[in-house]
Amino acid sequence: MNGTLAIFRRELAAYFNTPLAYVFIVIFLFVTSIFTFNLGNFFQRGQADLRAFFSFHPWLYLFLVPALSMRLWAEERKQGSIELLLTLPVSLAAAVLGKFLAAWAFTTIALALTFPMWLTVAYLGDPDHGVIVAGYVGSALMAGGYLAIGSCLSALTRNQVIAFVLSVVVCFLFTVSGAPIVLDFFAGWAPQGMIEQVAQFSFFRRFQAIANGVIDLRDLVYFITLIGFWLFANLIVVEVKKAG
Amino acid sequence: MQAKIEVDGLVRRFGPLTAVDDVTFQVTQGEVLGFLGPNGAGKSTTMKMITGYLTPSAGQVRVCGFDVVQEPLSAKALIGYLPEGAPAYPDMTPASFLAFCARTRGLAAETARQRIAQAVDTVAIGDVLEQSIDTLSKGYKRRVGLAQAILHDPPVLILDEPTDGLDPNQKHEVRTLIANMATEKAIIISTHILEEVDAVCTRAMIIDKGRMVADGTPEMLQARSPGHNAVVVRTSADGAEAALFELADVARVETLAAGTYRIYPRAGRQPLAAVAELARRRGWSIDHLAVEAGRLDEVFRQITGGGRRHAA
Repeated sequence: MNGTLAIFRRELAAYFNTPLAYVFIVIFLFVTSIFTFNLGNFFQRGQADLRAFFSFHPWLYLFLVPALSMRLWAEERKQGSIELLLTLPVSLAAAVLGKFLAAWAFTTIALALTFPMWLTVAYLGDPDHGVIVAGYVGSALMAGGYLAIGSCLSALTRNQVIAFVLSVVVCFLFTVSGAPIVLDFFAGWAPQGMIEQVAQFSFFRRFQAIANGVIDLRDLVYFITLIGFWLFANLIVVEVKKAG
Repeated sequence: MQAKIEVDGLVRRFGPLTAVDDVTFQVTQGEVLGFLGPNGAGKSTTMKMITGYLTPSAGQVRVCGFDVVQEPLSAKALIGYLPEGAPAYPDMTPASFLAFCARTRGLAAETARQRIAQAVDTVAIGDVLEQSIDTLSKGYKRRVGLAQAILHDPPVLILDEPTDGLDPNQKHEVRTLIANMATEKAIIISTHILEEVDAVCTRAMIIDKGRMVADGTPEMLQARSPGHNAVVVRTSADGAEAALFELADVARVETLAAGTYRIYPRAGRQPLAAVAELARRRGWSIDHLAVEAGRLDEVFRQITGGGRRHAA
């Protein structure tokens, strides 16, 4: 527990010690605004909700989150500091968790900084605040899912670019697994039941469900399980690399 | 007394390469063991297994009785480790870095403050505490790494090339530091600077191609040198070289400079008395006469082949 907390604090501070945090937050806020107001037709829709805002989050995270997660382990390997980290009296699980939670906290901070959107709709109309809260919860959970995938893949390599590309590809598959592009691949030969299962893996669908204001326990369990699975895989990857 | 570090049949393979091949040794408190060996001999790999960074392919390591694989946290808590190249987090300052290490080691706030102050003082990094590690010179980085290793006053210290990249004064300081800690700790250092072995180690081990090829006190290793007990003599007398070669215990005579000779003894012999007697009888005037202990680098080259391995 000590170890997780110490690593969490160090990692979170590390974002703000470098320009990374500021660049990320500025770009995140800028791009969400563009998407919401221009592509999402926020004003033209004439509705006091944040649907236009949230609907772009899966696509935004697809590129921004791997940019954040790529450094988690690859950078440690590159700098050699992983040798220090793994010889401290901290369990590997604590290290994996500490790093992930710090990255997750950071994305949540970035997400929280979009609060002026909420203020805007509250000023312009009378939005359903429950739905907006659900949207934020869903968005944070989805960011956690992307981060867990990225963290695991980052542990595979010392090259951050490789980690980034791998993460984008895998995250893309998870995002679109409910879309025809993936389902068509299975449609020719796989049984209907399996196609349904694949579709169930879609971040997009799960997130949409939550963002519509229905926080279904199954969707929560889905994201938590997914994060748990990838973090466990992350741990295995680091352990296996130790044994060579 | 129970050994602080027990290494038993340690093996590490990287694919087809066996980097460490069945290494067994023990280190007790008060010992400073120097790992010697050519680059790629397996020194660092052995250290990485002792500290739990790499998992051994076979064999086991116990630190103060704790198996590094079975009880990693207990073992790691007792080890101070300076990895090769002294890696740290470049975005941190030495102050925040040491605070981080203290927290992961579970030191209480007050203890941590004292231990950090002490470590900072010991390695003399007080003037760069608030500078990011990224901007520090190689010598300072190495000292930050050392501070991190001694922070929790561990009974076992593993230092991979602790003086690499330091200037002669800093080298001397680090050696003094190691010597001062030696009585209460079990210490392993790796080095390729042979004078360092003489300066700080109570025991030296030569590793070549993953195998331990020599183990003993620096004096014992020196005694294996062909130059052990060699006599260096400087005289202006004519015909000295031929006369010296005639002596019974002399294997060969090397001319170092005009009138200066190094007289190599036959194995186990000591030709000093014979040389002195000869000089007295012939009435040579002697400017210099000294016995040599032997040179570690000769032993090192002899044992590890020096890149000119004789075909078996």
